[in-house]
Amino acid sequence: MAAKHMEHIQPYSPQAGTMIPTKFRKFLRTCVIWQFIRFIAINIKMTLLILKSHH
Amino acid sequence: MARLVVMGGGVSGHTAATFAKKWLGNEHEVVVVTPNSQWNWIPSNIWVGVGEMKKEDVVFPLAGVYAKAGIDYRQAKAVSIHPNGSEKNEKAFITIEYTGQNKEGQTEEVTYDYLINATGPKLNFGATPGLDQGYTVSVCTADHAVHANEELQKVFEKAKTKKQKILIGTGHGMCTCQGAAFEYIFNIEHEAKKAGIRDNLDIKWISNESFLGDFGMGGMHLNVGGYTASSKIFAESLYSERKLEWVIGAHVNKVEAGKVYYELLDGTMGEEEFDFAMLIPPFAGVGLKAFNKNGEDITADIFAPNGFMKVDANYNAGAYENWKASDWPRTLQNPTYQNIFAVGIAFAPPHPISKPMSSPNGTQIFPTPPRTGMPSAMMGKAVAHSIVDMIRGASQPTHTACMSEMGAACVASAGKGFFTGTAAAMTVYPVVPDFEKYPGVGRDISMTTGEIGLAGHWIKHLLHFAFIWKAKLKPGWTLIPE
Ligand SMILES: Cc1cc2nc3c(=O)[nH]c(=O)nc-3n(C[C@H](O)[C@H](O)[C@H](O)COP(=O)(O)OP(=O)(O)OC[C@H]3O[C@@H](n4cnc5c(N)ncnc54)[C@H](O)[C@@H]3O)c2cc1C
Repeated sequence: MAAKHMEHIQPYSPQAGTMIPTKFRKFLRTCVIWQFIRFIAINIKMTLLILKSHH
Repeated sequence: MARLVVMGGGVSGHTAATFAKKWLGNEHEVVVVTPNSQWNWIPSNIWVGVGEMKKEDVVFPLAGVYAKAGIDYRQAKAVSIHPNGSEKNEKAFITIEYTGQNKEGQTEEVTYDYLINATGPKLNFGATPGLDQGYTVSVCTADHAVHANEELQKVFEKAKTKKQKILIGTGHGMCTCQGAAFEYIFNIEHEAKKAGIRDNLDIKWISNESFLGDFGMGGMHLNVGGYTASSKIFAESLYSERKLEWVIGAHVNKVEAGKVYYELLDGTMGEEEFDFAMLIPPFAGVGLKAFNKNGEDITADIFAPNGFMKVDANYNAGAYENWKASDWPRTLQNPTYQNIFAVGIAFAPPHPISKPMSSPNGTQIFPTPPRTGMPSAMMGKAVAHSIVDMIRGASQPTHTACMSEMGAACVASAGKGFFTGTAAAMTVYPVVPDFEKYPGVGRDISMTTGEIGLAGHWIKHLLHFAFIWKAKLKPGWTLIPE
């Protein structure tokens, strides 16, 4: 029997036409160490955006 | 001594009034006219709507804050503007009707040297038959969100034993604020999973967007993984992953108990049943009137037909193909009355951002332009700056806040929890695409990015505390950016 590597998606349904995140990508979303790094990166990005937006 | 009157103490008006007072000091007067006794951090209403926060967590009383700041606070709603005064009153004034301070129902004339309209939206539930009958809920105010959660919990309870159907989205073909509905549907899904009832819930999205991820901004192209890809791809991916079905290009034209009727962009009609539905109403201006010295109605000179105030925008841009970034207002000054400004949702946009579309039956179905928190607050601050300079002698506005020259940071919650929560953290620059400056997708792709994760949730939660701290004018409030 094949290993269940992802949930079934109905072929030709709207859902089948989209990107599907890998297990690793999903893991990263709530991985505290990685998200702490992203927290800093997003804050820097947002600060740059704010600086660029003020006239 | 000059007097600045600010109508509306929400995100943009509160920002304008507090900065103006800080810069003007006691030399000049700042008056805020707003009907609520409490300030509401609206973005966190989503968490009230799923029971993760209480109303008290997202509101605080305004009176103390304004007293501390030296701002003259009238708990009242503005009714009309008299920019040339009247036969009895030489000075420009507004009429107000009290809603509190033990003067409920009393009216008064409040004179001004400068006026800011920051009255936000009228939640136009009446635009769709049945949307105002309580068959559906809303999360647009803190009280609405409390009620939404009460209804949601009943459905969650029933879902323990039988299938329930949830419908979230927009309640009319010309709605904006898809972002709020987006957050709500993902938060419900997240809570349902936590409660162990996800399998018994069918959760469906219905909106007037022609594609998922339009958000009233014509979508956005995000710079991710070496590609510049449409927000449609990311939105569809996320909805699929969380098993949310979607109906798009829909104008909800009737709501009954447990059922909505809609028309699609291809002209076909449909209906959806629901046990719980949260549909955002369309927005309009709050219905302020304007009169000249003789008492004649000049509302149409100052306001667009949708009730939003005319400012320095190009209202004659015509068809979508002719739209330019330069159509968008910069100083937010009314072209007829140079001492009147409009900020936040209250100003009349020159046109939508998303492409206007209609069904073969002629029904218009497309999102109207959003004016989210960050741009609204930035407009409030820029206009306050201009007015302060004009009071001190400048002949024209000195500061600008243009939606085609500013970016927005949007953090859309997809579920709350310190270790399990996620949010889509997006930056978009500029809000209104500028295809001349940024050929291709109309935006600076190095500044238009997005990702979903726990970090976004932490930022969203931090912003909740930071903006309430700022709005309360606590130490260091001016250092917290808009
Ligand atoms: C549920 C929800 C979630 C949201 N989430 C986000 C988010 O995560 N991020 C984001 O950037 N934006 C978000 N927004 C949008 C954001 O709330 C608005 O952009 C912002 O509130 C607009 O500011 P404003 O000052 O124009 O209007 P408001 O904040 O609505 O303020 C208008 C004020 O005017 C007052 N008023 C009304 N009528 C009168 C009258 N006649 N006279 C005097 N005063 C009057 C009202 O009582 C109110 O206090 C969300 C909106 C909703 C509904």
